[in-house]
Amino acid sequence: MLDKNGIAKRIAKEVRDGYYVNLGIGIPTLVANYVRSDIEVEFQSENGVLGMGPFPFEGEEDADLINAGKQTITTLPGASFFDSAMSFSMIRGQHVDLTILGAMEVAENGDIANWKIPGKMVKGMGGAMDLVASAENIIVAMMHTNKRGESKLLKQCSLPLTGVGCVKKIVTNMAVLEVTNKGFKLLERAPGVSVDDIKKATEGTLIVDGNIPEMEL
Amino acid sequence: MNGFFIGIFSINKILLKSFNFIDIISYCVIILKIIHLYVILCSKNLIKMINKKVASVQDALKGVSDNMTFMLGGFGLSGIPENAISELVKLGVKGVTCISNNAGVDDFGLGLLLQKKQIKKMVSSYVGENDEFESQMLSGELDVELIPQGTLAERCRAAQAGFPAIYTPAGYGTEVAEGKETRDFDGKMYVLEHAFKADFAFVKAWKGDVAGNLIFKGTSRNFNPNMCGAAKITVAEVEELVPLGVLDPNQIHIPGIFVQRIFQGTNYEKRIEQRTVRSKS
Repeated sequence: MLDKNGIAKRIAKEVRDGYYVNLGIGIPTLVANYVRSDIEVEFQSENGVLGMGPFPFEGEEDADLINAGKQTITTLPGASFFDSAMSFSMIRGQHVDLTILGAMEVAENGDIANWKIPGKMVKGMGGAMDLVASAENIIVAMMHTNKRGESKLLKQCSLPLTGVGCVKKIVTNMAVLEVTNKGFKLLERAPGVSVDDIKKATEGTLIVDGNIPEMEL
Repeated sequence: MNGFFIGIFSINKILLKSFNFIDIISYCVIILKIIHLYVILCSKNLIKMINKKVASVQDALKGVSDNMTFMLGGFGLSGIPENAISELVKLGVKGVTCISNNAGVDDFGLGLLLQKKQIKKMVSSYVGENDEFESQMLSGELDVELIPQGTLAERCRAAQAGFPAIYTPAGYGTEVAEGKETRDFDGKMYVLEHAFKADFAFVKAWKGDVAGNLIFKGTSRNFNPNMCGAAKITVAEVEELVPLGVLDPNQIHIPGIFVQRIFQGTNYEKRIEQRTVRSKS
């Protein structure tokens, strides 16, 4: 079973040379720590920066330089700033190559829910609806089950949707799965996790085809 | 005026032969003075830039009243119009609708207006950092319209650019699209979203000049440029208000035509919401 950093480490392998990548809040943010150093990649933050660098050194934080999670950041040489409309032109116009975001629920048809729990939590969707409606390449980073142990990979989402039929790939603490028109196709197991464990933790249709390899991290 | 100069130069040529060095210097001085006068005439009497400067935040907010719709720039607490917000609190305007990506935190930004229950409706994309907001919303005191961040930006931009509405894929198939017109373009579904209509846009820039030209800094740019010219009156507050000619026209982010009033802001707190750092070791 992976922890959050393990999930980020596995997703980092999906980041290819020359990619512009948008990272969501939470586990996706950690992905930047594990991207191979021999490839060229730029991180976009939808509040208006391309070419995000690491957190600033203590004492060098700048209120005018934050990421979409409102955290203080730095920029790398070659970075650029832009307004919100242009930022979403990059996203909606499919100039961003890869979007990695968290989710509360994913359905076997690729529907995703991650912005609202009716009557309980209403924080808003931020840029998530624009991202999922536009991106060609969306990877969801999340735990396989919620705090009550219930599956987050469902036949149908129970929470209000963020987008329909948009998720292509999911990396959880237990597995790597692909969304196909027949359901969740199991691609890889996390170290120490059996196919049976994954079956038990997956409510939606799980397709197990042949021998499922363990993740290489 | 050109003929006048040619005249002076030809007299100059003839006289050069018979005049000594000191005379030539004094001639040059006279010519420079004439050119200077010409420049002053042009700038003061013939072509005059439109001065958008107002003396204070009080002057900048003249005409603000209850039940109006405001746009406010900023993402989180970065790039929010701090001076305009403080003045709105002082003015005590009630029943206002605020179009702003976020709602501030409990004791800063739009949270200050929420505390005083001045806001009737918020139009935002993310409001997660504010307990006062959540309690007012869950109790039904506060009307909230949550919309995708890119849609928020584009509805501002549409208002600025004179488009009545735009089609976006964001929110299709979700509750955000309920009751809205949808349409298929090349096999993909889009939602029709209307341009905002607002009475005032309050924006904050780093530098500006008295013609209303604006330059933003870092990620405090965010929604500010998109809201300029998107309301009936755009009020810009700046950290540094400079005279005409100081800002390089090549570096202007928002031309003054989109701004009606500009003022020198004061006492910027520029609060950081999530201070994340790494150690030098």
